[in-house]
Amino acid sequence: MIFTSYNNIISPLGFSSQENYQAVSNSIIGVKKLKLPFSQDEFCVAKISDDKIKTHLSQITNADTHTKLEQLSILSIQDVLNQSGIHPKDNRTLLIYSTTKGNIDILENAYKNIDNKRVYLSAFAKHLQSYFQLAHTPVVLSNACISGILAIIIAKRFIEQGNYDNVLVCGGDILSEFTISGFKSFNALSNEPSKPFDANRVGINLGEAVSTILITNQKELATPYNTQIVSGSSANDANHISGPSRTGDGLFQCLTQILDKNTNDIGFISAHGTATPFNDEMESIAFDRAGLNTIPVNSLKGYYGHTLGAAGVLETVLSLESMKHQRLIKSEGFETKGVTGNITMVESHQDKIFSSFVKTASGFGGCNAAALFKKI
Amino acid sequence: MDTITSYAHIKHNQVSVNGEIIFQSYPSLSLPEFLSEAYKALGVSYPKFHKMDAQCKLGFLCTEFTLNGTSFLTENDITKTAIVLSNAASSLETDRVHQHSIDDKSNYFPSPAVFVYTLPNITIGELAIKHKITGENAFFVSEQFDAGLLVNYTETLIQSGTEASVMGWVEVDGTNFEAFIFLAEKQKYTNKNAIFKPLNKTSVITIYNQTIWTH
Repeated sequence: MIFTSYNNIISPLGFSSQENYQAVSNSIIGVKKLKLPFSQDEFCVAKISDDKIKTHLSQITNADTHTKLEQLSILSIQDVLNQSGIHPKDNRTLLIYSTTKGNIDILENAYKNIDNKRVYLSAFAKHLQSYFQLAHTPVVLSNACISGILAIIIAKRFIEQGNYDNVLVCGGDILSEFTISGFKSFNALSNEPSKPFDANRVGINLGEAVSTILITNQKELATPYNTQIVSGSSANDANHISGPSRTGDGLFQCLTQILDKNTNDIGFISAHGTATPFNDEMESIAFDRAGLNTIPVNSLKGYYGHTLGAAGVLETVLSLESMKHQRLIKSEGFETKGVTGNITMVESHQDKIFSSFVKTASGFGGCNAAALFKKI
Repeated sequence: MDTITSYAHIKHNQVSVNGEIIFQSYPSLSLPEFLSEAYKALGVSYPKFHKMDAQCKLGFLCTEFTLNGTSFLTENDITKTAIVLSNAASSLETDRVHQHSIDDKSNYFPSPAVFVYTLPNITIGELAIKHKITGENAFFVSEQFDAGLLVNYTETLIQSGTEASVMGWVEVDGTNFEAFIFLAEKQKYTNKNAIFKPLNKTSVITIYNQTIWTH
């Protein structure tokens, strides 16, 4: 059996998973209108305060020799190592890093004293390896917006294969002019806090975060949630590189792979829910087709924006917290249903007795992924 | 033991299929020129090809050459066929193009047609669309071609229901480029077909190093 274990979230809402869960439970949202250094315009984004980061830098050896993403990743991974007591040098421990753009701010010449080669994801990963003296070169997964949840699924597969006992899955991406200008060129950005699955949704907010979770076969490390990863799957729509299937084919294929006939104990679905018109519509159709109409759905993008490579890890961690507290998290920004699939949204924070949940994601390149988590 | 049933390698302006060079162009041709020549040599008409960035074009061509003459797509369930690719530079070549388009505030022209290619797994998407392959996806980034990672991961996929896999390396970084694609199928390895190899790290390294490039 493969378990979820100790974890961390670094986001505008806090530097630990508990802080983040508390903030979200109190309906605090991390998305704000901000003026960013590169533009006269305001953008509605979820940015981690630079001052807040500074207060944590004393925990990092030679902090100024690391990029922003490296600093946040070191803090996040270190927190999980401290909590779990696992040894990074252990030959049975692997790090999988999930990111879309890594140190992309190096291309913007953000640093004076950093080796520009670390814009290469493998060099970024090796930098983390050398910091923590990891026994194995980290595996880097860059598969658009499904990277985070797919990395968790891959961790399970690698442990089952027998080569590792513990896999640290770290997902991270930072706000950059690179991604903001790109999504803006797609007309995909919302100027207001995003409204996943709502009739008035117009697009995404970008956010930055790093989140780490330990995946393990060690029962004694399962204590935080006593939850296993039952199944996971990815699939491609084979339809369009920048638009999802209108019939939700890839996500539907994932859901049919991971679910058995009995879906009664599924408490909720943590959807991708980016708040773009096409994505949310596609997801509603896939959930409907999979017969999940009555299972409450939430998206956490209303709190965090879209954190790209971190999203799947961060949203899994908060979903685990939600299950531990037996309390569903409101789908922030949702007011009036604006999708054609017959689905049920989580319209307010609410207590619920349940023992499993589904996490899904979809992304550019037609990729989709889903995983089922269940209490043991 | 599962079986590698076909492979192709593109490097040094040459295309090798199952270890034999089947197409070469002048060493002096640039990557765009070479890709255009190789597309003509392939002899297919696929209008989407012309919209792709260089990495997707390279991955597309190498995969077409690998699949040519095989029954891979008809004999395997495409819903249970995976695409697992890797490289060292992620999408850095197109990242630089997008970054260039936003560097100068007085000449600011970010384009969605470029930005969409700033993710390495778009190459997987293009292959999936071309052949309607809907199984598992993963794009790994590693410093060098990592046969062990690809073979290990494919083995885990086969354990969880995948029946066939398109795998390999598709890299474009400045003037350097290389693609190496191989097909694995869930069938017992036999030596009755000389091209077939057992799916393991040793045979992947062997076929990766097999081609004797002429320049």
